[in-house]
Amino acid sequence: MAHAATLQIQQLSKQFDVGGTRLPVLENINLDVRPGEFVSIVGASGCGKSTLLRLVIGLDTGYDGAILLDGKRIAGTGLERGIVFQEHRLLPWLTVRENIALGLVNAGVSEREQREAIREHIVLVQLEGFEDAYPYQLSGGMSQRVAIARALVNRPEVLLLDEPLGALDALTRAHLQQELQRIWLREGITMILVTHDVEEAVFLGDRVVVMQPRPGRIKEILDVPLAHPRERGSAEFAAVKDAVLHSLLGEEARQAA
Amino acid sequence: MQTSLSTPPWRYRRQLRGAAFPLTLLLLWWAAYATGWTESPLLVPPQKVVETFWRLAAGGELWHALGASLLRDLAGLAIGSMAGVAAGIVLGLSRWSRLLVGPTLHTVKQISLFAWIPLIMVWFGLGETSKIVFVSLAVFFPLLLNTFEGVGSVAPEFVEVARVFAFTRRQLIVRVVIPAALPSIFTGFQLALIYSWLATLGAEYMLTSGPGIGNLLTDGRENFWMDQVLLGVVIVGVIGFIFSALAGLLARRLLRWRGPQANRS
Repeated sequence: MAHAATLQIQQLSKQFDVGGTRLPVLENINLDVRPGEFVSIVGASGCGKSTLLRLVIGLDTGYDGAILLDGKRIAGTGLERGIVFQEHRLLPWLTVRENIALGLVNAGVSEREQREAIREHIVLVQLEGFEDAYPYQLSGGMSQRVAIARALVNRPEVLLLDEPLGALDALTRAHLQQELQRIWLREGITMILVTHDVEEAVFLGDRVVVMQPRPGRIKEILDVPLAHPRERGSAEFAAVKDAVLHSLLGEEARQAA
Repeated sequence: MQTSLSTPPWRYRRQLRGAAFPLTLLLLWWAAYATGWTESPLLVPPQKVVETFWRLAAGGELWHALGASLLRDLAGLAIGSMAGVAAGIVLGLSRWSRLLVGPTLHTVKQISLFAWIPLIMVWFGLGETSKIVFVSLAVFFPLLLNTFEGVGSVAPEFVEVARVFAFTRRQLIVRVVIPAALPSIFTGFQLALIYSWLATLGAEYMLTSGPGIGNLLTDGRENFWMDQVLLGVVIVGVIGFIFSALAGLLARRLLRWRGPQANRS
């Protein structure tokens, strides 16, 4: 099992410069993520949830506040933090195996260990037999599974998922949600998922962070005290989902007024 | 199950359809001579062209000329490609060079290639060197420009993937930028291939020392040997066709990751 990290976001704020005026995108975000926890973040478009993830992964910089991984400030990108984007972003000139190997380019492990890690992760995402396929030969769901394998192959301490299933059809989405849960239960690393799908957030998360826009703030954080494996049809599941929707939509109704 | 459409000759019906027009022209050409339609010495029968081919081939002059031309072509191709791709990568990677040098490049490329000949003659003389420089120049521009474009337009999404995996700048260039630019570079190479052959012949017309297919054509013209002229034309066309076919094959091999749609041509 990989080492799971503690992530602390303290008083995080960010502004964008749009044509001379400063637009607040995130305001005073405070979040403590426990090691091995699965946190879902939901919110309407424009609430800054993707920006938040990009700040944690280090692709965007320039913020006020602190982002701490195991107590240390993060600096730019790093192999201890992984991310799965909404688009699979597989390099089209590389096979499945070679794409996954990208995660190990700077890992400093031997050839043999690399091959072993790649093989393990192909099995983990259930793509045996497709090692030498090119991305153009894969479906959307399969490509996203390769992206997940690529993000996990170097055993990061925290995995960020930025609406990873948003570009897939409903059936594939439901299937991959179960896959993600299975993988998380097996690997035990800290995961943070950003999604606009409330059911997905409740199905996967230990806690659901509800964000509201303009500027992006955390409205409330709800616990999901349900056992694994989760049952979408149970009354308890529906109750939590309702609570989240209420928190979200209550805001939307007020925005419309 | 064998249908009637898959038994020869119907299996090759597409090629037969394509060959129908040129074969008809050939027939008309032969018929024009055979019926004595005109007395002009400019009309030579197809048979004479074939005879000339055998004569020159057997005597070795044909291969000598062809060899000399191809050597010039390949030398210019090699030099121009390497210089063009290298310059394209260096210039394309830097945002500043794209802004500063870009406009100049786009302007200079408009200058007709043949306008460079007097300059080349003055600098490199009238011999082989000048011809090879000319061909290299013809190859250099398309490769420089296409590489420049390709390198400058790598998808930022891929660059972000490289950043997430902590790639060094060198790893980014070698593993992401250059492979992403390869389709553009290859388009440049296909253009360069065509231009190199045109430039080889052009150089042979203007700097007439030394053997070559161009000289074969020039001699034929000066002596009114229409059969030789026509033979030269046919050979030029065949070589051009072979080059294109080879380029297509190379493209399908190097760029097979794009899938069948992109490579259909």
